Amino acid sequence: MLGHRLSEWCGHGPILEEDIALANIALDLIGQATLFLKLAGETEGKGRSEDALAYFRDAIDYRNVELVEMPNGDYAYTMVRQFLFDVFSYHMLEQLQKSTNPALAGIAAKGFKEVRYHVRHSSEWVVRMGDGTEESHTRAQKALDDLWRLTAEMFQADDIDREMAAEGIGPDIAAIEPKWRAVVDDVMKRATLTIPNDPPAMTGGRKGRHTEYLGHMLSEMQIVARSYPGAEW
Amino acid sequence: MDQQPQNTTEEALNAKFEARIAAGETIEPKDWMPERYRTQLIRMMSQHAHSEVVGMLPEGNWITRAPSLKREMVLISKVQDEAGHGLYIYCGTETLGVDRAELVDQLLSGRAKYSSIFNYPTLTWADMGVIGWFVDGAAIVNQTVLAKASYGPYARAMIRICKEENFHKKQGYEIIATLAKGTPEQKAMAQGAVNRWWWPSLMMLGPSDTNSPNTAELMRWRVKRKTNDELRQRFIDLTVPQADAVGLTLPDPDLKFNPETQHYDFGAINWDEFWQVVKGNGPCNRERLQARRDAHENGRWVREAAEAYAAKHSSPAQSAA
Repeated sequence: MLGHRLSEWCGHGPILEEDIALANIALDLIGQATLFLKLAGETEGKGRSEDALAYFRDAIDYRNVELVEMPNGDYAYTMVRQFLFDVFSYHMLEQLQKSTNPALAGIAAKGFKEVRYHVRHSSEWVVRMGDGTEESHTRAQKALDDLWRLTAEMFQADDIDREMAAEGIGPDIAAIEPKWRAVVDDVMKRATLTIPNDPPAMTGGRKGRHTEYLGHMLSEMQIVARSYPGAEW
Repeated sequence: MDQQPQNTTEEALNAKFEARIAAGETIEPKDWMPERYRTQLIRMMSQHAHSEVVGMLPEGNWITRAPSLKREMVLISKVQDEAGHGLYIYCGTETLGVDRAELVDQLLSGRAKYSSIFNYPTLTWADMGVIGWFVDGAAIVNQTVLAKASYGPYARAMIRICKEENFHKKQGYEIIATLAKGTPEQKAMAQGAVNRWWWPSLMMLGPSDTNSPNTAELMRWRVKRKTNDELRQRFIDLTVPQADAVGLTLPDPDLKFNPETQHYDFGAINWDEFWQVVKGNGPCNRERLQARRDAHENGRWVREAAEAYAAKHSSPAQSAA
């Protein structure tokens, strides 16, 4: 989802170098998603390919956290969103590399290498915007204020997460939060941004109860694939 | 009389330059060159860079609707390559003593041109295939020749860019080949895109030689190596068999192989349409330029933030002062 969102920037970035960087990150993320979806389809064993899972599921059947489906907004919004997720992804994939499932561990190892660069890119931009001009600071603070309430969802483990962690397949998601928070605190301090005290928003993305944005995003993404059922591309 | 020594020097330099060109030597940024050579190169190279950047828009239009994860990734990579080409050629142009900000300003103010082809809309997924096949195909025909241009930085940029363009063309043709052997709707989609893009792609190679004021001089300086009409013929000769191979028809009833010339004859190009698009009246001229202006304006505060941060965190001595 996040990779798809980033791809919306293609050709509209603030500077040509950022068009290139965002396209790179989008490619990494969609590449990771493709591998995870392929593995999910194989594990399910009903013959659903990665494309079937991406293009022929409705929003209600998607299981992503809400943070990553939020619209791009301005560049501060995009970068703050990216940073909050990148740091989570970094720690999640770092743990997932140790999964007892070798296929998952393999995808995580590949993704982890990529995400290290993503964190560097987004954190440097958050710092530059926060500690740049008055305008960039105001925009970055506004983005953080809006998005912060959606971050708690990343660390809310459900029964499946707990079962996976117990079997050594997935990481202990809740345990990632303090590590994530330490990095976020550090970067926000450098960026002279203030973490808001707002309580977490009522989120339900991982149960299929998404924001209204997801349906619109998917309707665009799925239009061609769904308009020609059975077609090969 | 005071002028004479300077003129003599200028004449001597000029003669030496023309001799180097005639001998097939490569001109490098620090070499002396006539002002007109410099300005012509800046014009051509910056138009090329602008075309790469504006060219991101028609394809970017379909990234979020690509029909599979693989196609989406390939399309993002392609548009990303175009951004890279733009950047690379802007840098090459800077070796001629003009900076990128100035070139971008020329584009946004409408003073600089970019390839007319990007003022046409992308209406179906098949357009992503045809752009790769035709537009990148025509670009390769042009750029393969430019790779032997007399100005070193431009020639070297073209060599590198051509490699990627070849890949773009292949992926475009592969999209079309897949559609052509797909469902009847897919094949119709491919044929429709071929019909819409064929003539603009021929026009993309530039006005006919009889109406191309810069050609003679640019050929003499080896900035150009083939005329627009020669390039166009080469593109047509390459493309017709490719269309046959996937069972699609090029929309020109006069297109047929001429055994005498060993080339394909083709019908009359509607140059009125070409000049209309060049003058700004094409289907998407306003939208393309507006999209670039918006990106530039909306990105201003981001660039300023990066500059302000860099200034604050430069060397301590500077900050203290």
